[in-house]
Amino acid sequence: MATHIQTEQLADAGIAGETAAPPVRRRRRFGSGIEVVLLTLFAVVMLFPVLWMVETALKETRDIYAVPAKVFSFTPTLDHLKDVFSSGSPVLSGLKNSVIVSGASTLIATVLGVPSAWAYSRFPIPGKKDQLFFILSTRFMPPVVVVIPIFLMFRDLGLLDTLQGLILVYSAFNLPFTIWMMKGFIDEVPAEYEEAAMLDGYSRIEAFWRVTLPLLVPGIVATAVFALIFSWNEFVYAIFLITDPSSRTAPPAIAGLIGGTTIDWGLVAASAMVFAIPVLVFAFLVRRHLVAGVTLGAVRR
Amino acid sequence: MGEVRVERLHKAFPDGTVAVHELDLTIADGELFVMLGPSGCGKTTTLRCIAGLETETSGRIVIGDEVVSGLRPSQRDIAMVFQFYALYPHLSVHDNMSFPLRAAGHPAAEIAERVNEAARLLRLEPLMKRKPNKLSGGEQQRVALGRAIVRHPKAFLMDEPLTNLDAELRADMRAELKHVQQRLHTTMVYVTHDQTEAMALGHRIAIMNQGRLEQVGAPMEVYERPATLFAASFIGSPPMNLIDAEVTNGHLTAAGGLALTAPEGLERGERVVAGVRPERFVVSASDDDPGAARGRVVSREALGDETIYVVETEAGLLNVRMPPTVRLAEDQPVAVRYQGTAPPVYDPESGRVTGR
Repeated sequence: MATHIQTEQLADAGIAGETAAPPVRRRRRFGSGIEVVLLTLFAVVMLFPVLWMVETALKETRDIYAVPAKVFSFTPTLDHLKDVFSSGSPVLSGLKNSVIVSGASTLIATVLGVPSAWAYSRFPIPGKKDQLFFILSTRFMPPVVVVIPIFLMFRDLGLLDTLQGLILVYSAFNLPFTIWMMKGFIDEVPAEYEEAAMLDGYSRIEAFWRVTLPLLVPGIVATAVFALIFSWNEFVYAIFLITDPSSRTAPPAIAGLIGGTTIDWGLVAASAMVFAIPVLVFAFLVRRHLVAGVTLGAVRR
Repeated sequence: MGEVRVERLHKAFPDGTVAVHELDLTIADGELFVMLGPSGCGKTTTLRCIAGLETETSGRIVIGDEVVSGLRPSQRDIAMVFQFYALYPHLSVHDNMSFPLRAAGHPAAEIAERVNEAARLLRLEPLMKRKPNKLSGGEQQRVALGRAIVRHPKAFLMDEPLTNLDAELRADMRAELKHVQQRLHTTMVYVTHDQTEAMALGHRIAIMNQGRLEQVGAPMEVYERPATLFAASFIGSPPMNLIDAEVTNGHLTAAGGLALTAPEGLERGERVVAGVRPERFVVSASDDDPGAARGRVVSREALGDETIYVVETEAGLLNVRMPPTVRLAEDQPVAVRYQGTAPPVYDPESGRVTGR
């Protein structure tokens, strides 16, 4: 029968059987001097606002206004962070609302988007390309363009100032994105898996559920995180459609801290920091897929 | 176990292409039936219709005694092996093989027994815990076969299962497949574009072209007497020489004076195309036979056990198969002579075999 010359060791070392890292990489580890300088400069410019935010959040109020600015020589304090989580804080209720709205809208977009992406990927649908283009075209417009008509519709429907309204808008915005991104992932999974499962005793839906879906989990997670980050960061709809402070999401709630006669910059910075952390954590968790999501092809055959 | 009947199967796709034209096939119980043809000839579409993965435009399919048209693939009691094996990548070999049985809700003891039996037959026991991506192509192929076997289906459907293996392994797997089919005596419909595979495996071969059936027959029957010009040019390596010839007294005469034995039942003066296997010609440095055609060797392939000469004559380029003991140089002037009983001849209009 099959004569195998390939050894165990080789089989595990990848397709080309490579065991050592390509030598080119080692030489380039430190890069050229110019590269390092430019990248450092770029990193400082990009990260400075973040650094300043973190510093401001940790400084005492009088140090915040100190001239010249105290970059390193200040005593850190957690007072501002405590204020963010105090019971009466508008930011705390904003964060709570943000969790509800982004969680629910991501869930809805995923639950609706994944099966429709599957349908677009697997079945001959009349006018498929036009339909997909139409779905994508809803993302062409900047949110500001449609916010007025949506405002008017929501006023008639009584959805203004409700989290449900916001969930609806965010779901509608995330759905096209989910369909497109998931279609890319599903295209990568050969239809033969489902066909094999159909011959093995399952209906089409069951085959999708039992065979294709488990293979899609990484893709679904990546897509959901993208949707989650969009809903979490969204500002325009949140500020136009919600005026009641108790149902505000975090971005307008934080923006609302600025105004009035005195501005507690420490509280603003601490709120912003707390607001940014979940996004950073999620982005870190799926960093591999953030790249894969752009280049697609994350599912191994 | 069961017979598979395809009755007036017609399949047109929404974009208007007709993949299969009114196809009729009867595949006997326990037969290893090979569908052979170039890509796009409708053989895979036919198989997918039998499997229920495509819905036929018209016609019907019978498996065993049951008309299965309209039934779901899972209700047809058949197993299929795909070109890319389609092993579930997130499941181990064992789980892949037990998958169809678990789907059907068989008791655990029976599942274990059947999986072990198939694993023994295919020598998969040491691999049962591995994931498909840790297997070689041949091993994946055997697992895919194992997954089909455990079900004890009425029929196996094989969609080019050996195409993705390298040549050496392919010959091994071919023998293994034939052995397994003989042991189980289950009907098998095997689709391939590889004529060697078809000849080696099939009890009968169906040659398809452009959605139509060209010929059905035992391998040697198909080889000796292809029913159409297409079949004649598809089977054999190198394929048949197709030579324009005219019926003269007692002979078929082609350009350059090449004389072939004439089959019976042809009118004098009739123009036909004769299909001559390369081994029916004899090429030599000189030949006094009046029916020999003069020519020149244009290419020579020494394959070890035989040598293929391509000889340019007035009757066209002729492929000649000779034993390695005959040594002729390229560009050498030679003579080609026909030897043996009458070759199959074809009507140049219809392309179908005539005479007897």
